[in-house]
Amino acid sequence: MPVKIRYFSWVREKTGKAEEVLDLPPDIRTVADLMTWLKALGPEYAEAFARADVVRAAIDQAHVKPTASVAGAREIAFFPPVTGG
Amino acid sequence: MSVRVQREDFDVGAEVRRLAAGRTDIGAIVTFTGTVRSENDGRGIAGMTLEHYPGMTESELTRVEAEAGKRWPLQASLIVHRIGALTPGDNIVLVVTASAHREAAFAAAEFLMDYLKTSAPFWKKERGPDGAERWVEARQSDDQAVERWTRRE
Repeated sequence: MPVKIRYFSWVREKTGKAEEVLDLPPDIRTVADLMTWLKALGPEYAEAFARADVVRAAIDQAHVKPTASVAGAREIAFFPPVTGG
Repeated sequence: MSVRVQREDFDVGAEVRRLAAGRTDIGAIVTFTGTVRSENDGRGIAGMTLEHYPGMTESELTRVEAEAGKRWPLQASLIVHRIGALTPGDNIVLVVTASAHREAAFAAAEFLMDYLKTSAPFWKKERGPDGAERWVEARQSDDQAVERWTRRE
């Protein structure tokens, strides 16, 4: 299942890319599964997701919890807690 | 009801005039303007860069604004948030709420700011006087500020 993955703020800086399209293996069911899988893609991903409990996620531009299902997602984003305002 | 994300500065007076133009049902207008300070957590700030998630930012701001409209009788509201490079003294964010009476306008403005700070996908990167950059960390006090609105429900 090809999905667009986007990274923002220091997650983007650590992975070294703003976005990419990845083919997710079928056993990845949740956002937490995806983070664990991404961590193993390389040292830059391991670094970006080292504090996985701090990294937040959005599916199709809406905030989701780590337990959220990735089934049918077109775009999944990872970023630190927001600091606007 | 409208939201805008922009690089350009905003003029609070002009925004309020535009929002209230031709209306006689508004009795109270509250504005909140957030600006860049030259100090944060005891550290000097020479400037900052605001990154956001285009698309999601607008949809989160619109969602939060609609929620405020459900909770209070607002005649109008506006959220403007800047992105890009800013320096101390610059405007960052503007929230305007208009209602028949001040209670709703004050409360809705606070609600919008509290929710914006914890849900709109913006990230600030500060630059110190020595040029060193660091990402601003989310404050626990912002999470606590937003919790008081959920307790009321």
